[in-house]
Amino acid sequence: MKLAIRLAFRNLIGAGLRTWLNVIVLSFAFVVILWLQGVMKGWDLQAKNDMMDYETGGGQYWHEMYDPYDPLILEESHAPVPEQLKEEIESGETEPVLMTLGSIFPQGRMRSVTIKGIRPGQDVLKLPTESLDTALHTIPAFIGAMTAQSAGLEEGDNVILRWRDAKGTFDAAEITITAVFYSNVPSAEASQVYIPLEKLEEMTGLHGHATVLIFRDSEKERPEIEGWRLKKLDDLTARMDEMLQTKTIGQSFLYGILLLLAMLAIFDTQVLSIFRRQKEIGTYIALGYTRKEVVGLFTVEGTMHAVLAFAAAMVYGLPFLIWQSNVGWTMPMDVSQFGMAIAQTLYPAFSIGMVVTTVLLLIITTAMVSWLPSRKIAKMNPTEALRGKLQ
Amino acid sequence: MEPLIQNRMENSATISIENVYKRFPMGRGEFTALKDITLDFEKGEFTGLIGPSGSGKTTVLNIIGSLDTPSEGRVTVLGRSVADMNAKESARLRKESLGFIFQTYNLLQVHTVFENVEFPLLLLKYDTPTRRKMVMDALEWVGLTDKEKSKPPQLSGGECQRVAIARAMVKKPSIVLADEPTANLDAKNSHHIIQTMEKLNRELKTTFIFATHDEKVIGYLKRKINLLDGKVDNDEKITSN
Repeated sequence: MKLAIRLAFRNLIGAGLRTWLNVIVLSFAFVVILWLQGVMKGWDLQAKNDMMDYETGGGQYWHEMYDPYDPLILEESHAPVPEQLKEEIESGETEPVLMTLGSIFPQGRMRSVTIKGIRPGQDVLKLPTESLDTALHTIPAFIGAMTAQSAGLEEGDNVILRWRDAKGTFDAAEITITAVFYSNVPSAEASQVYIPLEKLEEMTGLHGHATVLIFRDSEKERPEIEGWRLKKLDDLTARMDEMLQTKTIGQSFLYGILLLLAMLAIFDTQVLSIFRRQKEIGTYIALGYTRKEVVGLFTVEGTMHAVLAFAAAMVYGLPFLIWQSNVGWTMPMDVSQFGMAIAQTLYPAFSIGMVVTTVLLLIITTAMVSWLPSRKIAKMNPTEALRGKLQ
Repeated sequence: MEPLIQNRMENSATISIENVYKRFPMGRGEFTALKDITLDFEKGEFTGLIGPSGSGKTTVLNIIGSLDTPSEGRVTVLGRSVADMNAKESARLRKESLGFIFQTYNLLQVHTVFENVEFPLLLLKYDTPTRRKMVMDALEWVGLTDKEKSKPPQLSGGECQRVAIARAMVKKPSIVLADEPTANLDAKNSHHIIQTMEKLNRELKTTFIFATHDEKVIGYLKRKINLLDGKVDNDEKITSN
């Protein structure tokens, strides 16, 4: 094997331009595949971090009737905060959020919204709740950038908010937009109006009630509480995981096409080598190689393209990937309307495991592609090969 | 790896060919290239298989070199039957005990002269300093020490053939099989090449078997075996040489 590697290296370097063309194509595949994987991983990390920061926290308790996909029962989905969580709520480790349905009337048009009551001083979520801690004659409220864009609202605007009070009667008041936040999390932004919890309790007469309880620490063991459903972080991000999984499968096709292009170049070179280098193959056999050993030599030679490509990819790819992970990749179109947690600028994230797996995958694939045409050598007649006669 | 083949046959007939036939498929029938050939070669011979194209010279060399097997009959090289050896054993025989010189040199084009000559020693797993010394010795025999870093495309035909001789001789094999070694060379180079091989035959006692129809080579031979239509037509030893 050592000899085969040595000879293969000599042969490749000696082949000059042909080798370097293959190496460049393969190294390009290396870098693009790594970059795409990095973007996916970065997206995954960013999306999950944003979800945790702006919506899920470290996990939640949901009122047993609460279903984020069924707004019709939202007004019944609340209960007094459980006794065993009051201490955590006092210390700020768990944040109660009360929700109810409502409408806003920007530019005279009605838009349905979910009104979320949240404490201004909380820091479990990165929402700009401090903007609610202000003295106004109207109700202070903040909204997400998606709502702001679709409703044509901006900071400082006033708009009418309508809701049902404790008796089920419609009531309305003016709210002032004290902040607009950008989170990459559509479910935290779209059609949501955040107001102080105390104010919402007062508006709905639901003092001390909550719809969800968001806790900070995802690692802490949580008890089951009657009337509430424990939603761990994994449960809350399951849909995101599924979506990324689907994206990953889709992206695998792209890897496949890239690999196919790179492997075609290797396969083509190998086939050409076997036809053009028959005399050389015969000479190896005459000098004491078995045909199997010649197959091994050609396979190593083909595989070494991948090793050289990896080295080349490290030369120009490593700085590129590091640069990309710092400056990120800004998508050319506005992604806020995509309806999924995706940042306008994605920062690729790379891990040693990802690099090692990609490198191994490419090297093994190249070895296979190199070996397939090389098998023909095992059937060659050495005396014909020595004369360079095509077989 | 023990060089058992060489030791075992040190004092007996180096090559024995008994009633050998070689047939090749041709169309629906077959072509008989060798017909009942019987020959013995002793250690240190400087022998030529002489004959026109198609007389079977190269086929005999290929069988002796265990690159091919006889269709019928028995060929023994250094005590081993060519037909009975498996691929690994044949390769070992070629690697340890045989040297090949080809009409078209068959040098590895992308390797330097040094690397070409070094190749058989790499297969025999010699260490680097030994390899270096042996390669330089071989290049000295053929007068190419100043070309060690050149590549075959930079050499003349005569120089390429001298590299091929150095490659065949570097491991000091028992037998060197040379197939039309001067066919692509001019008269001056042909004489130089054949004189080089004659000197090596004299100094190293290597058995040389040529396939040739070149008169310049024939003049140097100590034994001439004439082949005609796959049969031995004449076997003549030259004693006065």
